[in-house]
Amino acid sequence: MANALTITGTKGFRFGLGFPQNSWTLASLCVAALVALPVAAVIWTALKPSGDIWSHLIATSLPGYIGTTLWLMLGVGTSVLLTGVTAAWLVTMCRFPGRRVFEWLLLLPLAFPAYVIAYAYTDLLEYSGAVQVFLRMMFEWQTPQDYWFPEVRSLGGAVTLMGVVLYPYVYLLARAAFFEQSVNVLEVTQVLGHGPWRAFFRVSLPAARPAIAIGVALALMETLNDFGTVDFFAVQTMTTALFDVWQGMGSLAGGAQIAATMLAFVVLLISIERFSRRQQKVYQNVSSRFRELPSYRLKGLSSLLAFTACLLPILMGFVIPLIVLIRLAVIYFHESWTADFRSYALNSLVLSATAAGIALLVALLIAYSQRLAGGRVIGIAARIASLGYAVPGAVLGVGVLIPFAYFDNSLDALMREMFGISTGLLLSGTLAAVIFAYVVRFLAVALGQVESSLAKVSPSLDMAARTLGYRASETLLRYHVPLIRGGMLTAVIIVFVDCMKELPATLILRPFNFETLATHVYWFASDEMLGEAALGSLAIVLVGLLPVVLLSTMTARARSIRLSSGSLT
Amino acid sequence: MSTVPSKIFPDGSPDVPLLEIQGISCNYGLERAVYDLSLTVNKGEQVCLLGPSGCGKTTVLRAVAGFQPLLSGRISINGQPVSQPGEILSPEKRRVGMVFQDHALFPHLSVEQNVGSGLRTLSAAERRATVSEILERVGLMRVAQRFPHELSGGQQQRVALARALAPRPLLLLMDEPFSSLDLDLRERLGQEVADMLKANAITSILVTHDQNDAFAMGDKIGVMAEGRLLQWDTAYNLYHEPGNRFVADFIGNGIFLPAKVETPRVVKSEFGEFIGDRDIVMPPGSQVEVLIRPDDVVLDVDSSIRGQVVRKAFKGAEILYTLRFESGTIMLALFPSHANFAVGDNVGVRLEVDHLVTFEQASPGGEFVE
Repeated sequence: MANALTITGTKGFRFGLGFPQNSWTLASLCVAALVALPVAAVIWTALKPSGDIWSHLIATSLPGYIGTTLWLMLGVGTSVLLTGVTAAWLVTMCRFPGRRVFEWLLLLPLAFPAYVIAYAYTDLLEYSGAVQVFLRMMFEWQTPQDYWFPEVRSLGGAVTLMGVVLYPYVYLLARAAFFEQSVNVLEVTQVLGHGPWRAFFRVSLPAARPAIAIGVALALMETLNDFGTVDFFAVQTMTTALFDVWQGMGSLAGGAQIAATMLAFVVLLISIERFSRRQQKVYQNVSSRFRELPSYRLKGLSSLLAFTACLLPILMGFVIPLIVLIRLAVIYFHESWTADFRSYALNSLVLSATAAGIALLVALLIAYSQRLAGGRVIGIAARIASLGYAVPGAVLGVGVLIPFAYFDNSLDALMREMFGISTGLLLSGTLAAVIFAYVVRFLAVALGQVESSLAKVSPSLDMAARTLGYRASETLLRYHVPLIRGGMLTAVIIVFVDCMKELPATLILRPFNFETLATHVYWFASDEMLGEAALGSLAIVLVGLLPVVLLSTMTARARSIRLSSGSLT
Repeated sequence: MSTVPSKIFPDGSPDVPLLEIQGISCNYGLERAVYDLSLTVNKGEQVCLLGPSGCGKTTVLRAVAGFQPLLSGRISINGQPVSQPGEILSPEKRRVGMVFQDHALFPHLSVEQNVGSGLRTLSAAERRATVSEILERVGLMRVAQRFPHELSGGQQQRVALARALAPRPLLLLMDEPFSSLDLDLRERLGQEVADMLKANAITSILVTHDQNDAFAMGDKIGVMAEGRLLQWDTAYNLYHEPGNRFVADFIGNGIFLPAKVETPRVVKSEFGEFIGDRDIVMPPGSQVEVLIRPDDVVLDVDSSIRGQVVRKAFKGAEILYTLRFESGTIMLALFPSHANFAVGDNVGVRLEVDHLVTFEQASPGGEFVE
């Protein structure tokens, strides 16, 4: 026994302040460095002088690209703000028929990636689409010159359609904020004789402002990330510019420079998000009274208006495009359901599942070392590791390409010099690059889930396990993993689905002739074969429903727990 | 090893140090939580760290268990150093058991599995035998198959104790183990655990903010405040001979009565002279304060010292009265319950100060104003 108690030299050296565990901390730092690599590569490449492309871009098209991107973000931002906040306030504060069902139906549009809804509406609204055909029949118009109809493939169309699928970010956060507002404050407002409108503008809205700002920032990150929609609609944003420069002109450096410019937007959005999260703490309610909020019972016309305001986004963002897709998928089933299609679906499945699994492992590693060591270093590492969610897929693609190509070229040169053999491309253009990009981009989701589940496990449980003779890793496997299974499953599902939908990074990084469902749909749509793209789109949407269902059951559970604990007091 | 028979520890000398803490300092987060703390726990002793929340007592416990790095000093268990700055033996290698305020039972394991979780080096049969033996001892055999959430708070804490003791740790650490239980259960379980630890000569450290827990458990009690160990003594001495004002204040009730040092052993107050059994540090002539405990104030109907009852608190067998004297002095007095006075009554008392405890005046002259 005396031997076991002998001190273990420098093995216990530590960075953090809590549990002395250097190997965990070291591993987390390495992972964080890897995750930061793409962004670092983009910035580094962009800062290097690279010939004329950049000055040419600045002189010609870049200002236009930036302008269009700004208009797009402004439009989508306004749209998601109005839709999300209105819907959230109506379902939390008002009573009208269907409110409880709307609460979760309003999340459904999240299942649609923007590019899929763009394909669906294009099919519906273009010249040969069902709506215009019907109008022409009704009014006996003959040519496009006989009537005016809005062009869906335009900046306005992109704004509308992105707004309709991205508002749930604002809706979710605003609803939670309204719900958590202190009952007391709202009751006081009512006692003071403020009507619903004044209560909304004077009390609810200001207090929910940080949450709403976070929601808008997240929606705008998605807007910046989008490639499929703007490409299909020929809206010249920075993302399309990046693809043009990289693929059209074959300039990786030029691509990196546009990517770096996009990063400036990202930094702005992250700052807004982080700032709002700090603000949010100020507004968090002190009252522990959770019960049914005081509500405004709507009757007659106002009830009908509220009903319509909630129904409209669901119809536009889910029901209508879903019907269009189902119809197309049925009509084109035989053309679409091919061996190729099945192999693409399998590719998507395997790739996404692998990435989700790796993301979960990495998230566990980082979250657990944070728990073991605490301290600032590892906290910063965790922050860096979760930055990927804000980096647009196209930027990430370029960022992964640069270091991988550099590695391949250096290794190839080295091997040729030393042994006279060429190793060719080892990493670039392989699935490893795609999976790496997926993990970087979606690690934040997994990390957030794992962190919050771990936080619910009392630290004394760790200490109990350790003093009972289990090492840190054994404690994790034996005692934490069984307790956080639910959170881990949620993390895997959300990352999996996000990977299934991912388009721009996949397009940049996929091996030659390798297709996923998303790229397959994209190629067909680019060739104006929306019918053939429908089955793939539908599959993506159906998979996308998984996290939406998870999300709605989770919020429902949180609510019932709060209500029941409130009734105990 | 030759063993010296002892009534405290039948298998060995009570003076064999098991845990030695030498001048340790620790941070909690970024703030200093423990300053230069030293203490020794002998084999078979039950000791206690007592102090208000945030005094650093839990940090000391974490340091002993191996969860808390040291900035300075050294911790040894059984003569082997286990912690010093930059070096730390992992908790799983220290053979310490731990019991927590929130019980920290593994919610996905049954009572039996919980208790057996520290016994993985044993064979399945040995483990079963050990688990039933210890469950028998804490009276939990009936609930062996149940899960933690099906147990009462007291049962959960017994399971936690059984789990910590099952691997026969060298040292048992308890962090506020009774604080989440209600008062009645808390006293009962506290006494039960104290008896059990004593009977089995299990070396243990209890950390608590509750002096009743400490008095029930500790052979020795260390009073901590703001990261420092103020006094390391028996419960009796902490109460009757507190080493400083904080301890006097924190342990038990009492008031500080202004007095003047007459001779090295005699002080004089408004209620007469008190004679001590040892020399007072302060020189004759200096103003001091004498600690008067409520049990130093004795009921005496004939006494000329009379105070008025301003408040009374019923304590069962006794009643704690707050008395105000003519000079304005307020004093606490503990009388047997049958002497039942009403608020406003005039009561004669006598002061029987067996342990004369004097402190330098907190604010010179301040308390005579009035």
